[in-house]
Amino acid sequence: MTRAAFEKKLRELQDEVLVMGSMVEKALRRSVDALRTRDQALAQQVVSEDVQINATRYDLEEKCIHTIAREQPMAADLRELVAILFIANELERMADHAEGIGRISLMLGAEPLPRPLGAISEMADRASDMLRRSLTAFVERDEQAARNICDEDDVIDEMYDASFQELIHEIVRTPEHVQHFTYLIWTCHNIERIADRVTNVCERVIFMVTGQLQEINVSRY
Amino acid sequence: MIMRTDERPASLAEREERLTETSTLPASERIMSPPGPAVIELRGFSAYYGNFRALHDVSFRIPAKQITALIGPSGCGKSTLLRCINRMNDLVPSFRHEGLMTYHGVDLYDPAVDPVEVRRRIGMVFQKPNPFPKSIYENIAFGPRVNGIKGNMSEIVERSLRRAALWEDVKDKLSQSGLALSGGQQQRLCIARALAVQPEIILMDEPCSALDPIATLKIEDLMKELAKEYTIVIVTHNMQQAARVADNTAFLMMRPDRAGELVEYSDTDSMFTAPKDKRTEDYITGRFG
Repeated sequence: MTRAAFEKKLRELQDEVLVMGSMVEKALRRSVDALRTRDQALAQQVVSEDVQINATRYDLEEKCIHTIAREQPMAADLRELVAILFIANELERMADHAEGIGRISLMLGAEPLPRPLGAISEMADRASDMLRRSLTAFVERDEQAARNICDEDDVIDEMYDASFQELIHEIVRTPEHVQHFTYLIWTCHNIERIADRVTNVCERVIFMVTGQLQEINVSRY
Repeated sequence: MIMRTDERPASLAEREERLTETSTLPASERIMSPPGPAVIELRGFSAYYGNFRALHDVSFRIPAKQITALIGPSGCGKSTLLRCINRMNDLVPSFRHEGLMTYHGVDLYDPAVDPVEVRRRIGMVFQKPNPFPKSIYENIAFGPRVNGIKGNMSEIVERSLRRAALWEDVKDKLSQSGLALSGGQQQRLCIARALAVQPEIILMDEPCSALDPIATLKIEDLMKELAKEYTIVIVTHNMQQAARVADNTAFLMMRPDRAGELVEYSDTDSMFTAPKDKRTEDYITGRFG
């Protein structure tokens, strides 16, 4: 096949996106675990390891830029490289949100939470699953899968709204725990933003496949 | 348009009617249209050298004052198509055509049309720079003189050389031979020579393939400048060049019967980011063959 070396480079960049996605998924999972189990060491690990995810993003970006300069890609190849640039940025921002949850965990200290995480854990699981499947859609160039994932963001948004209302209610009911519940609201917000960024990844997958740039995740506000 | 005889050329409608009666045009002809008024239009145009069909049923419009690139693998008919536009192929005894090619609505191949006038209005620059073995001044002055273009010849020469971005290089050595210039300068001299006879369209057949990278980029800059006033059609094997300079790009390919056909024609942005035809995608991404 012609351009075998270029094909190999594209596959390597694809693999690096998956590796970065895996790092982000792990950060999210660990940050919520640390919050649930009050594991300060684990929370600190999430915060510290964000630096590595940032470095991975810049490394991936640099490789994409070099590939564009040297290979002068066209059409689908160009769209893939541009998509990788944007996806790397979105993954890094997701990792920042996971790091934010880690910091919340550290700020809460070792005290137990005034109530179980409940729906917050489920939100995190869903967001993590959406992320994993969005990267599968990227690898498999599956436009429909990407669109379906974008639809699922509505569920996360509804869970966020419900959790927000519940936590506000808890603040009113037990004002002595206002700080705890405020931190949990921030945690929900971080997870909701991760899911939003997953839809941005899906938009780039759709662009990569179709060449169409389209806002899928339209804000309700 | 200056006619060779007193006979008026057939109007486009008359010509189309004649063609339809003995039609070789396909039932489902598609004319691909970029934005902007068209200066050249092809409808079901086929070109033959004897029994060999070099171009099959090509239909598209070339817009005015834009750069249109013809790309495709070797042997797909790009240069044949280019030479059909200014009737250079008339010089090939076995050449014939079917279909229609119009210039501002006038059939270019109407018997009443003067091919010499066609070639004045539709100039050509070739792959290998080919200045006349004359002085730089005479290279430019020759065309206007032969065509009876009135005016101050020195002004015409200077204007043409300035438009070709060559004046500053040669203004102090106009009596020097054109052959003494560098390759890139010779090519710009050839462009100036074409400009001197006041064309409307400039055809360029791989104008940079014999030039070094710096000279190539200078010619590309010149093309973009010239496109403000002239319509340019360029054949190029260099896809990156087409991507850099062209407003619109046409991709041709060889059919199994070895005739060239137009596969896709669109604005250059769309062609190189999201081509519609897989054959186009395969070619421009280098997976072709």
